[in-house]
Amino acid sequence: MVRWLVGAIGLSIVVSHALAADPVEIGIGYLGHTGVKSKLSLVEQPSENDGIAGARLAIEDNNTTGKFLNQRFTLEEVRLKEGEDVANAAMALAGRNSFIIADLPADALLRAADALRDRGTVVLNAGSIDDRLREQDCRANVVHIAPTRSMLADALAQYLVWKQWKRWMLVVGSHDQDKLYAEVLRRAAKRFGAKIVQERVFEDTGGARRTDSGVTQIQRQMPVFTQQAPAYDVLIAADESEVFASYLPYRTWDPRPVAGSAGLVPTSWDAAQDQWGATQLQNRFIKMNSRRMTALDMQAWTAVRMIGEASSRTNSGDPKLVLDFLKGSNFSIAAFKGQRLTLRDWNQQLRQPILLVDGRMVVSVSPQDGFLHQVSELDTLGVDRPETKCRLN
Amino acid sequence: MRGRCLLSGMAVWLAAATPALAFIAYVSNEKSNTVSVIDTDKWTVTRTIKVGQRPRGIEFTRNGKFVLVAVGDDDKIEVIDVATQQVVDSLPSGPDPELFTQDAAGKILYVANENDNTVTVIDLEKRVRVGDIQVGVEPEGMAISPDGKILINTSETTNMAHFIDTATRQIVANVLVDARPRFAEFKRDSSELWVSSEIGGTVSVIDPAKRIITGKISFSIPGLRREAIQPVGIGITKDGKTAFIALGPANRIAVVDATSHTVTKYLLVGQRVWHMAFTPDEKYLLVTNGVSNDVSVIDVSAQKVIKTIQVGELPWGITMAQP
Repeated sequence: MVRWLVGAIGLSIVVSHALAADPVEIGIGYLGHTGVKSKLSLVEQPSENDGIAGARLAIEDNNTTGKFLNQRFTLEEVRLKEGEDVANAAMALAGRNSFIIADLPADALLRAADALRDRGTVVLNAGSIDDRLREQDCRANVVHIAPTRSMLADALAQYLVWKQWKRWMLVVGSHDQDKLYAEVLRRAAKRFGAKIVQERVFEDTGGARRTDSGVTQIQRQMPVFTQQAPAYDVLIAADESEVFASYLPYRTWDPRPVAGSAGLVPTSWDAAQDQWGATQLQNRFIKMNSRRMTALDMQAWTAVRMIGEASSRTNSGDPKLVLDFLKGSNFSIAAFKGQRLTLRDWNQQLRQPILLVDGRMVVSVSPQDGFLHQVSELDTLGVDRPETKCRLN
Repeated sequence: MRGRCLLSGMAVWLAAATPALAFIAYVSNEKSNTVSVIDTDKWTVTRTIKVGQRPRGIEFTRNGKFVLVAVGDDDKIEVIDVATQQVVDSLPSGPDPELFTQDAAGKILYVANENDNTVTVIDLEKRVRVGDIQVGVEPEGMAISPDGKILINTSETTNMAHFIDTATRQIVANVLVDARPRFAEFKRDSSELWVSSEIGGTVSVIDPAKRIITGKISFSIPGLRREAIQPVGIGITKDGKTAFIALGPANRIAVVDATSHTVTKYLLVGQRVWHMAFTPDEKYLLVTNGVSNDVSVIDVSAQKVIKTIQVGELPWGITMAQP
C-alpha cells in the first residue's frame, strides 16, 4: 500500500537559485587503451572516441543539472600506450579525479583497482564484460556498468526459447574470449531449456580482415563449414574476436537464422534504439559527435550519469558518499531502457534490460515476459545472488 | 402494485428522454498521426482528424474554439478548429514539442522542447515565438499555478521541477524529485503541486509556497514488480479531494485520497496508460491506453471502469471540451 515516506522527506533537497559560492568540482577520469579493435564489417568499425564520446555527453547532461545545484563535472581522458603501466597511470589520474571510468581488459582493470584501493577512488567499469570481475575477482571499489557476458547470453537465450528455436548449433572461435562466450551460452541453454545439438570450432588461421576479392572465397567456405549438421533451429556464433561470425548470415548450408556474435546480437545499446524516450538521447549524441551511439558510448554515458545522479541526491562529490548512495536502496538510474536500473548489492553490477538487435532494428528486449524472479526480473539475466562467487571486502 | 410498476417505468422513460450533457474529447494517437474525436453521449469516435507526425500533448485553448496538438516529429504545434474539426494553422514551437500549458487568459503558451533543454514561450494571438527559458535536460511536464505567477517545468534527465516566474521568465527555484519526472499538476486551491516520476515510481507532493517536498506517494500492486509501476498522468478533482494517477505499464489507475495521500483503489484499465481528462461535470474520467489502442471511461463517483472505446494507434494525450 501507499504510505507517506517520511524518511524520504528528509532526503529531499531543495535548491535555492541564489548560488553565490564557487561550484563544487567533481572530477571524473577516463582510462582507456589506445587503438580500436578491428571489426569484420566496415560499418561497425569503432571510432577513435568510442566510449569517451558517451562520457562527454553525460558530463554535459550532468552540468546542465549541476548548474542548478552548484556542482561542476569535469572529464580527463588518459589513453594507455603499449606497455605503459596501468597502475601508475591510474594513480596519476586518481590524484586529480575521485572517479575513474575504465575501459580496460579484465587484468588491467584489476591492477588499476588494486592500486587505487586505499585511495577511496571509485572505479566504474564501462568496458569489460568478463564475469570473473563480478565473481571470484570482484572488488569493493569497482562498480560495473557494462553487462556481463552471461547477462548477454541469457538475454539471447530467453528470446530464442520464447521463439521456440530451442535446437542450437554452436560455432565457437579459437580465441580465449570466444571460449568464454561459448561457456555462458552453454550455461544459458541449460538454464532456459535449449539444446546444443552440435558444437564446431572455427579456427583462426590469421590473415587480413578485408581483402579486395574476399567475398568469393567466403561464399564457398561458409556453406561448406556448416554442412552436415544435425537438425537445428538457429546457428549461434561465439566470435568476440571478429574472425568469422559476420560471414555466416545467408551463407549457412541449411537456411537457418544466425545469432550471437552476428545476426541477432545481444547488446546494452544500439543506434536503432528509439523506445522510452531514447530518441532524445540519440539526437543529443549525434548532434555532439556527428556519429551514432554505440554500446560502449552508452555504458560510459550511464557511468557518468550515475555519478551525477548520486552527487545530486547526496549534494556531494565525495566518492565515499557517492559509492554508498549507489550501493543503497534509494539509488536508481533512468537510462532509456523502459525501467529503473539498480545495482546488485552482492557484486555491484548494474541490472539492465538487454537489447537484441540485427544491425538495423531492435528486434526485442530481454528479460522476456514469463521469465520470473522473486526479486527483480532483471536478475533472470546473468549470475544471480545464490550462485555468486563474489565476496566483497 | 401495478401503479408502482407504471411509475418506475415512467422514471426510466424520463431519464432516457433527458439527454445527458454531451461533451467532446480529443485524443492524440502517437503512431497513427491522427486525433480521434469522442462524443461522451454516445461514447463513440465521431471523427478522426489527420494531423502531423507523432502527435502527443493536446489541449483546448482557453476560449474553447481550438485544440492545440504538439506534433513532435514535425517540430510544431498544430491548431485544430473545433467548429470544422480540421487543422487550420500551426505554431512555431521549437524542436520536438511534447507537452505545453497556457496562461489563464489563454494568451501565452509555454512549450517543453525535449531536444534542446528549453521551454519556448509563444504569443498565441500573434502566433510567434517570444522567448526561450533554459531549463534542465529533457524538459517534459508543464503546469501553471492557479494564480498564473509560477510556471512549472519538469526535466526528465535532470530530475527536477523548475519553478519559473512568469513575469521575469527566470527560474526561481528547483526541487529535486525522483527519476524521470513526466507530469505536473496543481490542486485548484494552490495548496499542493504533484509531480509524477516515471522511473522513480513515485508522485512527489510539493508545497508550492515553501517549494519543498512534503510527501511522496508510492504504489504497490500484488503480483506486479516495482519496475512496472511507472506513474505518468495525474488528474485531481476540482475539490482537491480525489486524485487519479496513471501507472503506465502497470495497466492501472491509482485512486488516491488527495487529503491523506493514500491509495484507496487500483482500477484495471488498458495497456500502458498515459494521460487523462475529466468530463467538465467530473462525472467521468477518460484515460488513454497507449499499447492497447483504446480509451477507458471511469465513472468517477463509483470508481469503476464502465467502458472502453477503440481509438487510433498508440493513443497518448487527451483533452476535453468545456460545456
